[in-house]
Amino acid sequence: MDIATLIDSPSELTDSAGSKTAIVLMTRVRLARNLDRRSFPGWANEQDKAAILETCRAAVASAPAMRRGLNVALADLSDLERQILVERHLISRELSGAKSGAGLVVSRDQAVAVMINEEDHLRIQVLRSGLQLKRAWNTINDLDSNLEERLDFAYSPTLGYLTACPTNLGTAMRASAMMHLPALVIAGQMEKVVRAVNQLGMVVRGLFGEGSDASGSIFQISNQTTLGEAEEEIIKRLGSVLQSIIDHEVNAREKLIESDAGKLFDKIGRAYGILQNSHMLSSSEAMNLLSLVRLGADLGVFPAEQRSIIDRLLIEAQPGHLQHAQRGECDPSQRDLLRAARLRTEFANFGRPEFSPSRNGNN
Amino acid sequence: MANPLKCDLCSKPATVHLTQIVNNKVHKIDLCEACAQAKGVTDPSGFSLADLLLKASLNPEAATTGVRCEQCGFTQTDFKKHGRFGCPACYETFKGILEPMLDNMHKGTVHTGKVPQRALERKSLYDRLTKLEVDLSDAIKSERYEDAARCRDEINQVKQSVATKPSR
Repeated sequence: MDIATLIDSPSELTDSAGSKTAIVLMTRVRLARNLDRRSFPGWANEQDKAAILETCRAAVASAPAMRRGLNVALADLSDLERQILVERHLISRELSGAKSGAGLVVSRDQAVAVMINEEDHLRIQVLRSGLQLKRAWNTINDLDSNLEERLDFAYSPTLGYLTACPTNLGTAMRASAMMHLPALVIAGQMEKVVRAVNQLGMVVRGLFGEGSDASGSIFQISNQTTLGEAEEEIIKRLGSVLQSIIDHEVNAREKLIESDAGKLFDKIGRAYGILQNSHMLSSSEAMNLLSLVRLGADLGVFPAEQRSIIDRLLIEAQPGHLQHAQRGECDPSQRDLLRAARLRTEFANFGRPEFSPSRNGNN
Repeated sequence: MANPLKCDLCSKPATVHLTQIVNNKVHKIDLCEACAQAKGVTDPSGFSLADLLLKASLNPEAATTGVRCEQCGFTQTDFKKHGRFGCPACYETFKGILEPMLDNMHKGTVHTGKVPQRALERKSLYDRLTKLEVDLSDAIKSERYEDAARCRDEINQVKQSVATKPSR
């Protein structure tokens, strides 16, 4: 599979038909692994990194889950192609900036992606639409066990998997969910949620991880600690934290409808109007408008099945995807025109809104 | 009057004071204006207190002890600068400075999760092979030919076992 084929294929993230919990857009589990007796990527010289890249690419690409997938060196990709991979959450921003010695192997369905020579030699990640923590863990555990047959991982019986940063030590696992929490944001309760989640040993971040903002009221919640607790326990604990956030978001939605349905429907209606008629839309404005329309789909203002269209647009309205569709790079103001045109076309055929407080709560 | 708090990263007077509670443990860090800006503390969603704790817990005087990882050449000063290690062997080299940090950073200090069974079996075979090769060479040097023959046979056995377990 080549990069062009991958870009033109639907990704796990854009196919949310299987998602049962609208509030969780995506689940991700990531494992960091390093080869024993080799310098970590941040300290290895270019020659070592090239050798590690070759060893890891061959081992990962021959695992059954990765056969006939994409197997590339980052150096062989254009800036635009890298950006598309970031927008699909297949690589991190850090890896997209790597000049040499970095690589990527992605499964055909884009549910499994393995970054090579990011902060660690291997960063294995499994993405699943909706809330599917256990399924994602089972998939990644199988792949990891398969790789273990071919690669000697750096491991200590007391400290677990050894990683470049001691904050990832132990299981070296980060399990996360990308959550859509517009009602908690509108009600001004996110700060309280972040504080409570921190106290439970979990972290809240923006859409693209550390340092990113939370456009579109989308947040990533993941485990903070990795040592002293088994993988299954971390997943179970994260699962219960996520469920509690889901309950809070559902309650916040119900309260907003009860206390001020007019104000909420006004926000959703205006967002729909702008998406149908605007001619200039920035990336973050589009995200915020799509977020409101998505909330509308959850509340029954729009048919629920149209949520998958919105989820696809949340990806496709981003700069990399827009420029790819246009077959070339263009400046930010041209992109804003393109984005608005794309969204106008989509929303011309979108289901008509039906505002009725009695239709709420399909979560 | 009490001494003003110093920045944990650069020792200038601290004006930003952070407290985070993880698993009922309170972690505190004090920063000056410049370090707080540089670390993105003004945007609470975008920084990791764990990384800051990691760097702050290394005091500058201890960094001059000159410990160097034999495997990769990494020093304690490098660790202070990057907040990352150079190679897996650094965990053994810098054990002394790492242990006090782990308690603040994680839920526990001992791994209780997945064990890479096959990789460990292979590692123990390699370790056995290395030891037998040393024994063989010693036996030849001291003209203990019966011991040498026994080592040679064992080496062949271990090599066969290694060959049946795929490796790098």
